[in-house]
Amino acid sequence: MTISVEEVYETASMTLYQNLDIRTTTLGINLKDCIDSDFKTFKKKVYDKVFTHAVKLVEKARTLEMKYGIPIANKRISITPVSLIMETHCTKNKFIEMAKTLDQAAADAGIDFVGGFGAMVQKGLTKSDRMLIDVLPDVLSQTDRVCSFLNVGSNVAGLNLDAVNLLGGMLKQTAGKSKNAIGCAKFVVFVNAPEDNPFMAGAFHGVGEGDITLNVGISGPGVVKAVVAQNRECDLTQLSEVIKRTVFKITRAGELVGRELAAALNIPFGIVDISLASTTAAGDSVANVIEAFGIEKIGAHGSTLAVALLMDAVKKGGAMASGNVGGLSGTFIPVSEDEGMIDAVQKGALGLDKLEALTAVCSVGLDMFAIPGDVPEETINAIIADELAIGIINNKTTAVRVIPVPGKKAGSLVKFGGLLGTAPVMAVNPFSAKDFLKRGGRMPAPVTSMRN
Amino acid sequence: MEKALLFITVIGEDKKGIVAKISSFLYKKEINIEDINQRIMGDGYFVMTMLVDIKNATIPMEKITRELEKIGKSLELKVQLQHENIFKMMHRV
Repeated sequence: MTISVEEVYETASMTLYQNLDIRTTTLGINLKDCIDSDFKTFKKKVYDKVFTHAVKLVEKARTLEMKYGIPIANKRISITPVSLIMETHCTKNKFIEMAKTLDQAAADAGIDFVGGFGAMVQKGLTKSDRMLIDVLPDVLSQTDRVCSFLNVGSNVAGLNLDAVNLLGGMLKQTAGKSKNAIGCAKFVVFVNAPEDNPFMAGAFHGVGEGDITLNVGISGPGVVKAVVAQNRECDLTQLSEVIKRTVFKITRAGELVGRELAAALNIPFGIVDISLASTTAAGDSVANVIEAFGIEKIGAHGSTLAVALLMDAVKKGGAMASGNVGGLSGTFIPVSEDEGMIDAVQKGALGLDKLEALTAVCSVGLDMFAIPGDVPEETINAIIADELAIGIINNKTTAVRVIPVPGKKAGSLVKFGGLLGTAPVMAVNPFSAKDFLKRGGRMPAPVTSMRN
Repeated sequence: MEKALLFITVIGEDKKGIVAKISSFLYKKEINIEDINQRIMGDGYFVMTMLVDIKNATIPMEKITRELEKIGKSLELKVQLQHENIFKMMHRV
């Protein structure tokens, strides 16, 4: 079998010029077997299990980067939702100590994030779930690498509004306790959270998973943008076709690296999550892909159709390429991590309302956006509840990662630095839904859940 | 022993000595060239690909990559080394 010069050039260009990378290799680790009535022993078992696996992951990933010439941008760990393993150690101090143990294990092993300091609360809150939410402001501000999630609803459970109503206050406290409110960037609230998502901050190792599994997240907005730019004149069907073909190729690369890495670690291979995910690097922007479609700025009318087309083509290309497509698989549209999104907000093309509309057709939700610090907590809860309702009614995952920045007004700019980028503070509707949200309770599961 | 096949991709502006420099480096390190192709692409880039077998190489892959990068730098070209499996996976169903 010969590979043509054109094919070799296409692949080499993807990594050399178009920022193709394996965005994350995330090792999911079950921590239920670490539970011990003696808390000191429990912590030691957690540290040892996380550290041992994480070190191997970093080492083996480096070898494969070299072999295939594709950078593996992040090596990460996801764990069993922490509220579950802390049920019998339900005190504030122990939760914080557990978070610091995880933070230390990740730091010592050279892992940038460990995800799963969270809980599944779609139907209700246990004592441990409630304690976890209460300690989050301390955990998110006192640790660097620990990421947290909550799943507060699902197609079959409906939406737990009582849980949502705790979040605005929690996020404002977290913002107040951490520099530039950065702690909030490590917390995601979901509905229909996938248990094998490799992307942070929302990764966790679901209870339906095995002891250890390797999940891979592959990205490549730069690659898709390049192919869209080469096809300026084609109609939507053809446009979808060229995107599908490109995504097929990059998913296959992810599958190859994922399978080899899992084999090298002697653990089962989980899923490939093919998600176009922006980074702060120039040209690595989903907004730029949409703009290459022929839209002046993302957020303009027409953007929802464009994101829908992109998202669908990405999924189809991925599904054809791998029998193990999972996680979120689609397109992320975080604001602060995408230079095109930042520019669109600053130029007035994109506001919170249109962003919400785009999330109805993208794969995740309202991601990495900043709002003024004086937005009332009930309004933050309402922003979250609206976004999550979209997910529940449309049988999809939606999520919110919102950063209320103390002392900042709409229009100002907050620099987080590194992977998290720069967020323009977005204006929020000043009218209130306080009395509606105060009702609490649970939005019943939609009629589409009654399939049995 | 089974072959260990990798592609070397050289991208940039065509100039004298590219093949000479790279192949003499490969010869010294006992790396066998199985196939070699070059073309000017539609976007104007000069592209050369070499399929090489490194099973008898006297230095590890990491070092080959670094040395090739050095040669690339001296010629103002991009040089990339990648295992052939990646191309098979991406371009063949």
